[in-house]
Amino acid sequence: MSGAIAALARIVALTRKELLAVLKDKRSRMSLLVPPIVQSLIFGYAASYDLNHVPYASMDEDRSAASTELLSRLDGSGVFERVADVTRERDIATLIDARKALLVVHIGPLFERQLMMGGTAAVQVIADGRNSNTAGTALNYVSNIVDRFNGDWIHDHGGQAVQVQTVARAWYNPNLETRWFMIPGMIGTLTLLQTMMLTAMSVAREREQGTFDQLLVTPFTPFEIMAGKAMPSMVIGTIQATGVLLVAQLWFRIPFVGAYVTLYAGLMLFLLAAVGMGLLISAVSATMQQSMLYSMLLIMPFSLLSGLTTPISSMPRWVQYLTSINPLSYAIDITRRVYLEGAGLGLLSADLWPLALIAMLTLSGAAWTFGRRLQ
Amino acid sequence: MRAKLVRLRALVIKETRQVVRDPSSIAIGVVLPLILIVLFGYGLSLDVKNVPVAVVLENPTPEALDLASGFQLSPYFHPVMRRSMAPAVELLREHKVDGIVRLSQDFSRQLATGQAPVQLIVHGGDANRARIIEGYVDGVVAGWAARRAAQGQGVSSPPVSIEARLWFNEANDSSYFLVPGLVVLVMTLIGGLLTAMVMAREWERGTLESLLVTPVRSDEILLGKTLPYFALALVGFTLCVLSSQFLFHVPLRGSFLILFGASMLYVLIALGIGLLISAWVKNQLVASQLTMLVTFLPAFMLSGFLFDIRSMPTVVRLITYVLPARYYVALLQSVFLAGNVASVIVPSTLVLAAMAAALALGSRAAMNKRLA
Repeated sequence: MSGAIAALARIVALTRKELLAVLKDKRSRMSLLVPPIVQSLIFGYAASYDLNHVPYASMDEDRSAASTELLSRLDGSGVFERVADVTRERDIATLIDARKALLVVHIGPLFERQLMMGGTAAVQVIADGRNSNTAGTALNYVSNIVDRFNGDWIHDHGGQAVQVQTVARAWYNPNLETRWFMIPGMIGTLTLLQTMMLTAMSVAREREQGTFDQLLVTPFTPFEIMAGKAMPSMVIGTIQATGVLLVAQLWFRIPFVGAYVTLYAGLMLFLLAAVGMGLLISAVSATMQQSMLYSMLLIMPFSLLSGLTTPISSMPRWVQYLTSINPLSYAIDITRRVYLEGAGLGLLSADLWPLALIAMLTLSGAAWTFGRRLQ
Repeated sequence: MRAKLVRLRALVIKETRQVVRDPSSIAIGVVLPLILIVLFGYGLSLDVKNVPVAVVLENPTPEALDLASGFQLSPYFHPVMRRSMAPAVELLREHKVDGIVRLSQDFSRQLATGQAPVQLIVHGGDANRARIIEGYVDGVVAGWAARRAAQGQGVSSPPVSIEARLWFNEANDSSYFLVPGLVVLVMTLIGGLLTAMVMAREWERGTLESLLVTPVRSDEILLGKTLPYFALALVGFTLCVLSSQFLFHVPLRGSFLILFGASMLYVLIALGIGLLISAWVKNQLVASQLTMLVTFLPAFMLSGFLFDIRSMPTVVRLITYVLPARYYVALLQSVFLAGNVASVIVPSTLVLAAMAAALALGSRAAMNKRLA
């Protein structure tokens, strides 16, 4: 019993020393606490597929009441901003090439006449496909506006209404704001980077400076050294995650539906897994540079295949299998579902046990390599 | 002059050996680009296919069944049929489906009287995906209405129809817009991260001071540090271009020389940022974190390769103007997909050149200040 207490005291002492080593230097303190907040602010505004400012040009060959009405609906949408009215076909290419306009709406000379005769009038929309996702979203907006125009036209001029109509509603995110999806996902992403690197590099630094061997001749057991290296990263990771969570709620005002206990339980498991991976990296690297570069080699695929920016369900099957060893993909799923849907531990078990498994495997692997150094 | 070259040569050889002998440098120069190429080629995609949806048939009349079969035939959907809302809602909550299409009890009756709503509930979590799914459902419903119209049951051609044309990427292939992003990320990582670490290590270990008391001049040290990593970046660049041509089959419609020149400028900038950061903080841990924060993450999030810059709020948009990645992405997208568009390429290249020059001067000044 007294042995356990002594061990605990040693771990606390080591944790205190580690935290002091990281936090006593002002630059290092700032580099751990400020970036997650600043990033969640900047990326919260930037990381969105929603468009609210689409420059477009019109080429109206009809110049009738109907064509003017259609264009004024685009102008009045608050999204589209007309940057030019062109009359010649080759001006379209100039505008699009130079990125002056994302779209060019081309209305043919018979537009109103075809409408009046009860036929279908085609409107050509040319989009800059250099970023095909942005172009697709903008085209989608145009087609919504045209749908409304059609509805009103039928209402005013008679004709048979479209018989079936989809009435769409989005649950959990009624206005379909990408931000609601992105920012809760960032709680895990922004903390992973520094938690993992901090752990990997703190061991590598001791090794590079030769102090790791000194640590090994102290009364600390390998397990205690490992715990002492893991705890500070966990503490800092928790603080960072809380910072991002606060930004999401207080600044972006995204309503938190779930329970904090559930969220933090998931985050703890995630941080344990991240720290375990950091410790494993430090076991295979001799210098700080190596430990950082190896961390990068893991963090890059983890964050690209996490489902933060592109959905996992759009990935090919074998890549989806690969994501099952990615702690970040579970963390993002947990934070999003707790945050937006209020999911409880039961619904999240499919995310929680793999995280626990990863944490267990990496931590015991790290403990094993730490112990082996002694022989 | 001659002595200068001899000293420079010695430094380059020393630095190159250091790179070659450290497996982690090779890892970041060669392995990381390869991993990124594979991830971008096969992992990242915004295309939505095989969406799991629950189709709720509250009353399986012939019309409702006919419409439901439209979902079964569509390559975009993977429908499961339910007879009431409750089990479908349960599926949505468990993330087994991304949406619910509800054909209500009196769908057929409403259809006969003129207006029949098809209720759609999408999981709005991923807004982009939700919007795409809404579009697909609209498509299936409109297709069904058109089929009925063709059979003489009701008319449903809309007054105005849209003919959309996607220039530069007619087939809407998402690798076309991912490749410029890939090149930017690889160049940023090799250039920025490696140099930041290398210089910070020399500072941390005090070996830079011992280097400074030798006859080598500070600009020679900078050059000696830069050249081997520049060469490593060339390897990364070659890998990216080869994969864009032979793996992703993205067209290179502009000139290769412009692509090459601009990429070399960008690498110089990334190297400069790395050097500047390391000279400023002189600590490997902080230098690596800072490099990630000011180069890699902005290149991913703020460069315009994934998210549209024009839709960002003014403050964030102003920040993007000082990011070299922004100009490099604009240039890459045009050179690959649109051709030699002078109105994009000339201004971007000029800005990149100015940034490279400023950083070269800046890192030299930072070195000299440390000496004084």
